[in-house]
Amino acid sequence: MPAKPIDPKKRPMPKQEPFERIRNFDEVALGYTLDLAHEEASRCLACKKPRCVEGCPVGIDIPAFIQCMLEADFSGGIKKIKEKNALAAVCGRVCPQEEQCEKVCVLGNKHEPIAIGRLERFLADWEAASGAIEKPDIGPPNGRRVAIVGSGPAGITVASDLALLGYDVTIFEALHEAGGVLTYGIPEFRLPKAVVRREVEYVKSLGVKLHLDFIVGKTRTVDAFQKEYDAIFIGAGAGLPWFMEIPGENLNGVFSANEYLTRCNLMKGFLFPAYNTPLKRASHVAVFGGGNVAMDAARTALRLGADEVHIVYRRSRSELPARLEEVENAEEEGVIFDYLTLPTKLIGNERGWLTEIECLRMELGEPDESGRRRPVPVKGSEFLMKVDAAVCAIGNSPNPLIAMTTPGLSVGKKGNVVADEETGQTSRERVWAGGDVVTGAATVISAMGAARKAARSIHETLSK
Amino acid sequence: MYRIVERRMIVPNLHEFTVEAPQVTMAVRPGNFVILRADETGERVPLSVADWDPEAGTVTSVFLQVGGSTAKLARLKAGDSIPTYAGPLGKEAEISNFGTVLCIGGCYGIGSIYPVARALHEAGNTVYTLLEGRSRYLLYWQEKFRPISTRVIELTRDGSAGYKGHISRLPEILTLEKIKPDRIIVNGCTFLMMRTSGVTRELGVKTIVNMNPIMIDGTGMCGVCRLTVAGKTKFACVDGPDFDGHEVDWEEFLKRRETYNVEEVQPLRRSGCASHY
Repeated sequence: MPAKPIDPKKRPMPKQEPFERIRNFDEVALGYTLDLAHEEASRCLACKKPRCVEGCPVGIDIPAFIQCMLEADFSGGIKKIKEKNALAAVCGRVCPQEEQCEKVCVLGNKHEPIAIGRLERFLADWEAASGAIEKPDIGPPNGRRVAIVGSGPAGITVASDLALLGYDVTIFEALHEAGGVLTYGIPEFRLPKAVVRREVEYVKSLGVKLHLDFIVGKTRTVDAFQKEYDAIFIGAGAGLPWFMEIPGENLNGVFSANEYLTRCNLMKGFLFPAYNTPLKRASHVAVFGGGNVAMDAARTALRLGADEVHIVYRRSRSELPARLEEVENAEEEGVIFDYLTLPTKLIGNERGWLTEIECLRMELGEPDESGRRRPVPVKGSEFLMKVDAAVCAIGNSPNPLIAMTTPGLSVGKKGNVVADEETGQTSRERVWAGGDVVTGAATVISAMGAARKAARSIHETLSK
Repeated sequence: MYRIVERRMIVPNLHEFTVEAPQVTMAVRPGNFVILRADETGERVPLSVADWDPEAGTVTSVFLQVGGSTAKLARLKAGDSIPTYAGPLGKEAEISNFGTVLCIGGCYGIGSIYPVARALHEAGNTVYTLLEGRSRYLLYWQEKFRPISTRVIELTRDGSAGYKGHISRLPEILTLEKIKPDRIIVNGCTFLMMRTSGVTRELGVKTIVNMNPIMIDGTGMCGVCRLTVAGKTKFACVDGPDFDGHEVDWEEFLKRRETYNVEEVQPLRRSGCASHY
């Protein structure tokens, strides 16, 4: 039989229609059906030297799991993924595959690369639906105790890696639900919280203990932990929100993206008053910033019933740091993008509520240190935008609580914990760190990649 | 889950609330607060710590029933459990030998200033305590303050106990009582802290206030508790809650506190209880 010609296009992801989805918080991307998954998997070239594996920060054997799918061996496929990744359902949804595995896919030289993320998600969802959760072999207990600070992607990865090696692992989480940014930050419509809870339950099933409501740096210090644990991993994330530092930022109706999203996601503000945390239902919302968090905030505002939501971004569309998929989703849903626009002042009424934003038009000048063209203000281009809410989504730096209470821990200029890039080792003996607390806000998978390296280093150090 | 050891109304609308939370008692210091949720659908509510017992592993707060969430708390009984009790949070109060210190407490702040006054007393200060309220029946814990205070002074709006009037009488009271404080610390409602800071500015006495903004996580993550102190934005949860009362932008603070006034009482009308219709 002659080889079937390769379809140049990815199977499109079935999605809720925009007019429908902006009225609910249900997941937008519905996931591949069995047929779609099989068709997409059959596009894989099964390269002898697969570049996709190198493109994956945690080194998943991608061709192997796709091969399993082609043979309809889904449980074999998910097993392959879980050898390297405890968060398949999460990564299949929120990883920027277009920058990683799919970017280097050989198929991508001529055609669209294979949709690796969507296939990963398919397998993870298939396993959850099957109810038979595959667990890798767990090594015999080695009596070594490891404390992990933070239950986000980094903490969960270190915990599962070390638990499989027989370590006695405890995760300490400051909030009342595990998952870190997966729980408080990324909205339900992009990453259902049931998926996050499922992944957390899986890690607990490996024997990992989880302490909620425990603020390391306050409830106990890292110093106190050092007496009780053989190793400590800090994966506390980047939780300190940045503001623009322009006049009027403390007006009512001005939120950090963290506040806006936490009220909605962790505290279920969209279900107020059944859940008691309120969320203001504004009619005209401006979101400052152009990353994934800005997209999340803007799309949340729409779903909360706003008439008009603007993304106010000082550069142009091609410089947006958000994933293209998320930008397109936001565009489809009717978010208005005000490019080359810089907010300069927030104006309120006599009761202290935001009513208008003064903005300035920008134009692109010479490239700056980030390689992107620097936005330069256009003189005399000030204009006013009428809004009743503004969300500041321009970035976060690490929470200072741990750095403040851990003497001898080297900290960089932006409050990030300094850790070796290859091992995650910090300036303190037996203390490792990884994820956003080291790099500043980045991606779920890069945090997991750093966590994997740290787990390896912890194991090497403690096995000596 | 965290077990309630006791919840009782000590004066109208103010509840003394003791919870089993040994991990908090191990680290708690005067001036700290905790964050709790009354149930699985509840808000995260910050409460100042008013006392603790390391042996029993319990922490006590005093709270004012004001909106839906505190109404839920006020219905809890000994033996009930709550799903969240996290802490201690916030910077501890500055404790040192300042000389003579006047501790002013009103409302729930009578409770939260108690550990501060006790620590100042232990640090060798001469501690005077001033309890403020609308009427005599709103003051409490006098018997706890007496052993650690040189004198406990009362100030009531209606004159039913101690001096009659507002905190604006403070300069006069200090003269009559012959107190020359090196530092004044105020805990309680925003107006009490703001008015006290107003009169002590003229007296030239450093005045520390314990700020009580809206919070969610209490760990510096959301920024809703931000306030302006000496022209700079601060987060009450991690930079405070204690600040110099003469440096706080009170007008902005009061407006920010009102953000959710409407929503705070909304759940009260939906409790399903006939008396709330």
